[in-house]
Amino acid sequence: MIDPETCYKIEAYNTQVVRKMNKQIIKQAFWKSLPVMAGYIVLGIGFGILLQKAGYGVLWAFAMSTFIYAGSMQYVGVELISGGASILTTAFTTFMVNARHLFYSISMIDRYKDAGKYKPYMIFALTDETYSLLCDGHAPAEGDPNQYRFFVSLFNQCYWVTGSVLGSLLGAVLPFSTAGIEFSMTALFIASFTEQWLTSHDHIPALTGLLGTLICLVIFGSENFLIPAMFLITLILTILRRREEKAI
Amino acid sequence: MKPAILIAVMAAVTMLLRFLPFLIFRKQTPPYITYLGKVLPSAIIGMLVIYCLKDVNLTTHPHGLPELIAAACVVGLQVWKRNTLLSILAGTAVYMILVQFAF
Repeated sequence: MIDPETCYKIEAYNTQVVRKMNKQIIKQAFWKSLPVMAGYIVLGIGFGILLQKAGYGVLWAFAMSTFIYAGSMQYVGVELISGGASILTTAFTTFMVNARHLFYSISMIDRYKDAGKYKPYMIFALTDETYSLLCDGHAPAEGDPNQYRFFVSLFNQCYWVTGSVLGSLLGAVLPFSTAGIEFSMTALFIASFTEQWLTSHDHIPALTGLLGTLICLVIFGSENFLIPAMFLITLILTILRRREEKAI
Repeated sequence: MKPAILIAVMAAVTMLLRFLPFLIFRKQTPPYITYLGKVLPSAIIGMLVIYCLKDVNLTTHPHGLPELIAAACVVGLQVWKRNTLLSILAGTAVYMILVQFAF
């Protein structure tokens, strides 16, 4: 029989361990999110500047980055808002630009299955970059992997909102030329692609994505290739299913 | 008023796209969808690489050279050091120097 004093001590110790573990998880989530920080703050600033120039100040930037939270769509959104687009055009454009998110969600169904209270926000915050950080499935060996993923998602949105607000406030007063800084986004995807290539022994899916998209870009042009590319990739991977399921 | 409505529409459609698969396959995920979930991640990253480079013009100056050189830096560094942040920062710095001073 344990006396109440010891019981209390054990409980306090356990609470301490849990707190320490939570802190550890948050710390690891922060490190994981770092590659996105630079890209999101910079691209967020770009978006903020653009929106400011279109006549919509810091509150608009904050609202869009908080509630829409989709990078390339928000850039397109600036044009829609300032051009006075109709609701229907806006809805359809959003659908086309963001249709790829259907795919991100599909591939995360199993992984996010037991995320519980974290799940709604994690689904809401599943951007290109968050997806590219979390799709490899790595999580710290100890602690709740969903808490880890939740914080990676949250940190990323914080960078994005911070960048947008900064851009809106700073405007064009930056003391140096930032031309070319948009390449950070491209670099992120190329680095993720390389990393996946190095960790996986089956390169068919990666090559299908790369070449299928390239073919569609050549055929359909840079404005309209994304939707056909997604169809083509899905089609090829469906045809290769039997072969691939042996390879995985 | 109008801009606020448009922002709400963009937010709603984006959210719909992100939540829909989770709502449809709530009870049981069909094997085909599970399979897609396994192979799509690397395919989509490949797609996004092309998507980012879609506006590079190979026929006019500088023929996509800054992108090619910077991308090679990213791949090389990633293979060598396996540090994603380092690859991104170095690749972006190389690209900025190239477009601002070299081309």
